[in-house]
Amino acid sequence: MAEVQRISVTDVTLRDGMHAVRHQFSLEDARAIAGALDKTGVALIEATHGDGLGGSSIQYGFSKEDEEAYLRAVCEAAPHTKVAALLLPGIGTVEHLKRAVACGIRAVRVATHSTEADISEQHIREARSLGLDVVGFLMLSHMTETPVLVEEAKKMASYGAHCVYIVDSAGAMLMDEVTEKVSALRDALPSEVQVGFHAHNNLGCSVANSLAAIRAGAVRIDASLAGLGAGAGNTPLEVFVAACEKSGIDTGVNLYAAMDAAEDVLGPRISRPVRTDRASLTLGYAGVYSSFLLHAERASQRFGVDARDILVELGKRKVVGGQEDMIVDVAVELAAHK
Amino acid sequence: MSKLTAAIVGSGNIGTDLMVKLLRSDWLEPRWMIGIDPESDGLRRARDAGLETSAEGLKAVLDAGVRPDVVFDATSAKAHVRHAKLLREVGIQAIDLTPAARGPYVIAAVNLEEHLDSPNVNMVTCGGQATVPIVYAVSRVIGVEYAEIVATISSRSAGPGTRQNIDEFTETTGKALEVIGQARKGKAIIILNPANPPILMRDTIYCVIDDPAPDVFDRVRESIESMVRHVQTYVPGYRLNREPILDGRVVSVSIEVEGLGDYLPVYAGNLDIMTAAAVKFGEEYAKHRLSVVKG
Repeated sequence: MAEVQRISVTDVTLRDGMHAVRHQFSLEDARAIAGALDKTGVALIEATHGDGLGGSSIQYGFSKEDEEAYLRAVCEAAPHTKVAALLLPGIGTVEHLKRAVACGIRAVRVATHSTEADISEQHIREARSLGLDVVGFLMLSHMTETPVLVEEAKKMASYGAHCVYIVDSAGAMLMDEVTEKVSALRDALPSEVQVGFHAHNNLGCSVANSLAAIRAGAVRIDASLAGLGAGAGNTPLEVFVAACEKSGIDTGVNLYAAMDAAEDVLGPRISRPVRTDRASLTLGYAGVYSSFLLHAERASQRFGVDARDILVELGKRKVVGGQEDMIVDVAVELAAHK
Repeated sequence: MSKLTAAIVGSGNIGTDLMVKLLRSDWLEPRWMIGIDPESDGLRRARDAGLETSAEGLKAVLDAGVRPDVVFDATSAKAHVRHAKLLREVGIQAIDLTPAARGPYVIAAVNLEEHLDSPNVNMVTCGGQATVPIVYAVSRVIGVEYAEIVATISSRSAGPGTRQNIDEFTETTGKALEVIGQARKGKAIIILNPANPPILMRDTIYCVIDDPAPDVFDRVRESIESMVRHVQTYVPGYRLNREPILDGRVVSVSIEVEGLGDYLPVYAGNLDIMTAAAVKFGEEYAKHRLSVVKG
């Protein structure tokens, strides 16, 4: 009989899910969701503004709650589970990280565009010296060729990351690409450095891609309740756990607890479920950062241009994560040329 | 006409671009280029241009008795802390292009004349030189409660110094939005974009203004346009991407900076705006000092 594969799940409902609610989760929402997640058996709960520490801004949208109050609420409501913050160098700083540690986080995920790992050195080293579990996060991995990704992953590992992720921020990858990229990292990184995978469901492949990643050697997988996340959402936790059980993969997550958290706790708190509508599908199709979705919809209404045209144009210009300001500029240009 | 002599410390992207600009100056003569890597492209170009070069660092050069009138420091914040002390001891004017901020901030388009008597001035960051003038242009018309800027630069124009200390960029730029831009609160974000061909430096500036009445916004727009023309006098490739937009109380401005291509190609407008600002301060300082001496 095949050996049972063990992996660990990081839940991103309270971080990536923030994009889907325009960063408006209240402290009460945060406590209820973190409390429910604490009972599921996920290994790590990630919580912050969708764009990480310091992300609350005009560029990305202001959070409803103060960053530190939000983190404290999550840490208090999930006493049995490690809590992580996301940090994008260029947006968040080491100073933000230290304040987050004072709020009780025990892990950090340091995210850069998939060719820019060296801007994470300062933050990864500092996070290690603060005693955190440290993950390097290579965003928009679909834009970068495998040999380059491998070199960038090695840099993050050399700074001290315990795990490096292939991040499909645009939900643009299919299973073969996931297999190729995850296997390449697994082969190249020292054995003590883990490999992880983060999916978006823009092409409907989040669960299948996550399973492919596990087969290729990933041992940390991101998921969220009901798939709440940017674009068409992330890998839905409850669906993923069920699929893993059927594939002989042990996630450590209780299936019914995850289902109940998704339907009873998260369900009533979201006004608009994530779905693969024409705009979010276009993200995956055009290879564009999933967080752009709601910003593009807003620009579409304001300037009278199709959100799909905006997203496809952004894809052509090879815009990267964080460049939300380009959405308005492109919309203005498209409107002028109509 | 006599010129002040200048040394450039740091032979990376910024130092080398600075040298090319100083070679054209009527007021400053770049005579020394000081680095730490004898094989660096910057030192090689400096030798070719007839400068005296050293790969031994600033201290060794000062110990050997070299005394420039002005030293431009294009190393790193950490190194500048040491350099600032050395230069103060021997009474040499320091123009700091690192985010060390030992001296007062100078944004060339805004407060050039204020610190001509300060022995050490700090040129903030490329993002600061590009965006603080716009925030100032808004705040001279109407109070700015909050200013936020997003600087996007091509990956190729960001050298190792910038990459290893990206927090210093966001923190120093954010502070300059308050101190010089006069926003009551400031925040800065930087994004590196690896697209090929490389993108031009691009900045978005958001200002939350106290009164968004139409006549106020008209005056804000005029003030911004006049500031853009002013910056163009020393950075010709500085321009608005689109008309400023008012959304509620938020004024949003998008600018682009095309470089002169002195060292790196034109996409590296972020280098140009920084080095052009430093040269502009150096020239004003030279005029000031030479006129004082003559007077």
